[in-house]
Amino acid sequence: MTNEITPEYKKAVLTVLYQLADDDYLFSYRGSEWLGLAPHIEEDVAFSSITQDTMGHAKLYYTLLEELGEGSADSLAQLRPKEERCNSLLVERPNGEGYYKEAPNYDWGYAVARNYIYTTAKKAKIDALKASSYAPIREVAVKISTELYYHQMHWTTWFTQLCTATEESRSRMMKALQEVIKDAGDLLSFGKSVKHITACELIESEVAIKERWLAIVTPTFEAVEIAIPVLPDPIINGRDGQHTDDLTSAIETMSEVYRSDLAASW
Amino acid sequence: MATTGLHEAHIYEVLDAVKDPEIDTVSIIDLGMIERVQVNDGHIRIEVLPTFSGCPALTIIQQNIKKAVEQLDGVREVSVVFINHPTWTSDRVTEKGREGLKKFGIAPPPRFLKEDGSWHVDCPYCGSTYVTLENIFGPTACRSILYCKSCKNPFEAMKIISTSM
Ligand SMILES: [Zn+2]
Repeated sequence: MTNEITPEYKKAVLTVLYQLADDDYLFSYRGSEWLGLAPHIEEDVAFSSITQDTMGHAKLYYTLLEELGEGSADSLAQLRPKEERCNSLLVERPNGEGYYKEAPNYDWGYAVARNYIYTTAKKAKIDALKASSYAPIREVAVKISTELYYHQMHWTTWFTQLCTATEESRSRMMKALQEVIKDAGDLLSFGKSVKHITACELIESEVAIKERWLAIVTPTFEAVEIAIPVLPDPIINGRDGQHTDDLTSAIETMSEVYRSDLAASW
Repeated sequence: MATTGLHEAHIYEVLDAVKDPEIDTVSIIDLGMIERVQVNDGHIRIEVLPTFSGCPALTIIQQNIKKAVEQLDGVREVSVVFINHPTWTSDRVTEKGREGLKKFGIAPPPRFLKEDGSWHVDCPYCGSTYVTLENIFGPTACRSILYCKSCKNPFEAMKIISTSM
């Protein structure tokens, strides 16, 4: 590192890392709930592989936090309560009615719409992070980018196909997209610390990221002839620790095994 | 360094015997995972590039490296650290590594992307170019599933990973 880390700079780094880590962690958890339920076996393999990669990305971020003295990567992922989480609302939403072990009534259209919007937003951020002032973030962004390439291709293919296959699939995708966009207000937000984060040049401004995102999704929306959705203002902002009860139950389920024996070595 | 008679070359020799836990025909050197080896008076530091972020074999590889190097005479301490820079890319797989993958029935990673972002591999069994991509995502993070229309075998290929993608 050429630039010295001041406490203020470090605070901004931590804020960015928690947002990135918690987003991928929750996204990965929601993906894992689909295991065995995807429409066909090939998709089950693909979706779980993407989910595994994404958990790896979360681990990269949590490890950077560990190196900054925030505690072990495992405990950061598993033990932080709802108020300390910085993930977006979109990834904490359940997959649908029911529970993955009992009568899961999950909608594949919703999954595809959510995964497509999340993955393209992630791509916009990752590309911007390649120019971050903090070298470890830059390096991780380059690494993640090589894998994200395949994820983006995968969800873009599904999204395009379902939006254009039949009248029914198209109307269900339009409905799913509405649901997803309604929750996507804080997806490209950095929360109340945004000025500090951008002043530290850790990532571009929210406006610039949104432009990147639009450039990524525009060809797809044009191809399927659907108007590019407008991201709403956040209802609640997950970046500032505002969350629904869905996050509480997700954390409880995710960390159940870990909390059962904190001294165990995994 | 001179006091123990231990040299980097010795370490590399040992590392070449540490295999991928899932593909025993390729070593971690073949895969291009070793970035740097430092020997300092019996203290060994090995910098390793993780291949795929979510690969569960990484921790096993880390332990296997440590165990293998600790066997060497004159070694007092071994640290195996994962580093993220440079990023591992599939063109780091060596010629020997590509042969080892084929021996296992896995097509080596394609060397380049086509203009439309797609890529091509030949069948590792019969060498045919008449193959179809069944699933980019395979049974492990690093592999895709393909099918050879010539010898009618399904096979796997190591994905291309490139920073230009
Ligand atoms: Zn063949």
